[in-house]
Amino acid sequence: MAQSEPNIILHAADVQKQFGGLRALSDVDLQVEEGKTHAIIGPNGAGKSTLLNVIIGRLPPTSGAVIFDGTVLTGKQPHEINQLGISRVFQTPEIFPDLTVLQNVMAPAFARRDGAFKINMLRSVDSETEIRDEALSLLEDIGMTGRLEDNAASLSRGDKRRLELAMCLIQRPRLLLLDEPTAGMSRHDTNTTIDLLKKIKSRGMTKVIIEHDMHVVFSLADKISVLAQGRIIASGLPQEIKEDPRVQEAYLGGSVE
Amino acid sequence: MFSLSRKDLTSLVVLAAIVLTMPIWLAPFGAAYPGLMQKFAIYAIFAVGFNILFGLTGYLSFGHAAFVGIGSYTAVWSFKLLTMDILPAMIFAVIISGLFALVIGYFCLRRTGIYFSILTLAFAQMCYSLAYSVLTPLTNGETGLLLAGNDPRYIDKMFGVTYGSGLPTPTFLGTTLGGYGGFYLTAIVLIVIFFISQKIFASPFGMALRGIKSNQTRMMYTGFNTKPYTLAAFVVSGMIAGLAGALLSVTDPLAGTERMRWTESGNVVLMTILGGVGTLFGPIVGAWLIKYFENIFSAINSNMLNNFFSFLPDGIQSLMVTVTSKFVGEGWHLTLGLMFVLIVVFLPGGLVEGAKRVAARFDRKKPRTGPAPAPQPAE
Repeated sequence: MAQSEPNIILHAADVQKQFGGLRALSDVDLQVEEGKTHAIIGPNGAGKSTLLNVIIGRLPPTSGAVIFDGTVLTGKQPHEINQLGISRVFQTPEIFPDLTVLQNVMAPAFARRDGAFKINMLRSVDSETEIRDEALSLLEDIGMTGRLEDNAASLSRGDKRRLELAMCLIQRPRLLLLDEPTAGMSRHDTNTTIDLLKKIKSRGMTKVIIEHDMHVVFSLADKISVLAQGRIIASGLPQEIKEDPRVQEAYLGGSVE
Repeated sequence: MFSLSRKDLTSLVVLAAIVLTMPIWLAPFGAAYPGLMQKFAIYAIFAVGFNILFGLTGYLSFGHAAFVGIGSYTAVWSFKLLTMDILPAMIFAVIISGLFALVIGYFCLRRTGIYFSILTLAFAQMCYSLAYSVLTPLTNGETGLLLAGNDPRYIDKMFGVTYGSGLPTPTFLGTTLGGYGGFYLTAIVLIVIFFISQKIFASPFGMALRGIKSNQTRMMYTGFNTKPYTLAAFVVSGMIAGLAGALLSVTDPLAGTERMRWTESGNVVLMTILGGVGTLFGPIVGAWLIKYFENIFSAINSNMLNNFFSFLPDGIQSLMVTVTSKFVGEGWHLTLGLMFVLIVVFLPGGLVEGAKRVAARFDRKKPRTGPAPAPQPAE
């Protein structure tokens, strides 16, 4: 089979972001290939979270545009961006603390099935067996079947992060954005999460991941971009990044691992 | 479509039994007369509807009495212009208050938290002032909108229905609604509204509303457009408030501005919080408690207290009467206020939460659930 042209699913084109006198992002040009895991690394304050917020529509870029599969995301509402097939895991887990664990995972599935707004009052949540089963199998994957009826507020921070991941995965997004998905997790939980993320790689989901933990980055990423002082200073395969002297200087502090 | 889970079906049957047997079990409390029981049912309807907005989405409206007033006026106008039958009156009241809720909700829901509450209060006060001044031709201002013998009643005329001399009384499909007839009508409407509230609570729609209360950011990034959801909840609760207003006019065919006063809007908030925000039964319990206090507790006078404490020696009797008389009669607000403070501080989930805790203590096999979070307006 001939190597086909890689399909760019997400393109941040010449994005600038200015906060008053501070230039958080300058001339950022990021291309993410479909089906790949693209990691963005960089020291604190490099603009990683700002970039993610621009992509998801939380912050408008000062100039430039973000294009997802031919659609310009700039100026769209968060729910519209999600309905296009983009889900996001936040740095501080955004879950529904007052709902049960099971409901937390079921709710996003309704957004996927019924769209951004639908008054479906006639059937009960409990009678939606298809969505329920899907949620249950996902919760089994993240090992939380024992806590289905607990309020999500009672979970540990690590469990909240995994729950949020399940909430994104049940939407079967085309693009999954992960903002430090393993921060605050034990080594064991981190490895479980890596395994889970590897498993969903085979489903053909594109992932953009921001991460501090080099262990996580090098076990997951197909491609890495390094952000420093609001600029992308290098972009390439993990091996190239490891060996790039500029990267070592800016971020890795001279040596890797 | 009409199916309920086993648990919800049990609740519905229990509620129906409690409501329909009111004339029996309210008798020992001295409240078993139709006029008061109607009020119990009507204000329970109002509170159940209010809870769909406040309990599920967390948006605290301080202006829901406006919809009660609008429903009342609409119903009386339906009696004056169309027919004395209550069905058109109720249907029009629901439609008109729903339209008002759509417009008012559209503007108020552009803000959240305290700003939303203030906006609803402002709109309600506007409705109240308009009813008093500019809209006097429609509302008859201070006197209130009354029926008159010479009202046109076009539909009744078409069918040749006449009411003889004197003021006509509302009818239901040709039957006059007497005291108990009026009570059973409101009781059945309450059961129907409770059923609708159960359907909403259990549905994906209800879950989305709870999601908005719990974490609006996550809702948006999960692909829900939260604005139409909150607007739908606002309109539904406004329509139910309108229906409650219509029932007030059905059981007593007049409408006055006092139904739109801000204290009425505040009362429904108290009812919901007292009973338990976001629970199915809470608003009903709260509504009954407040209406009971307002009508029965406020009527206790020092004579009755003297009789009650007559078994005590003279000195202590007069002391007890002096102390307790501050809490009853005119002072019923004091009792209610103290109760409200105690419940908000010690039982943030309201009386229903308290009942659950008591039940959990008796039934130790069940795992204890944590206390419900205090009611909070949406972010």
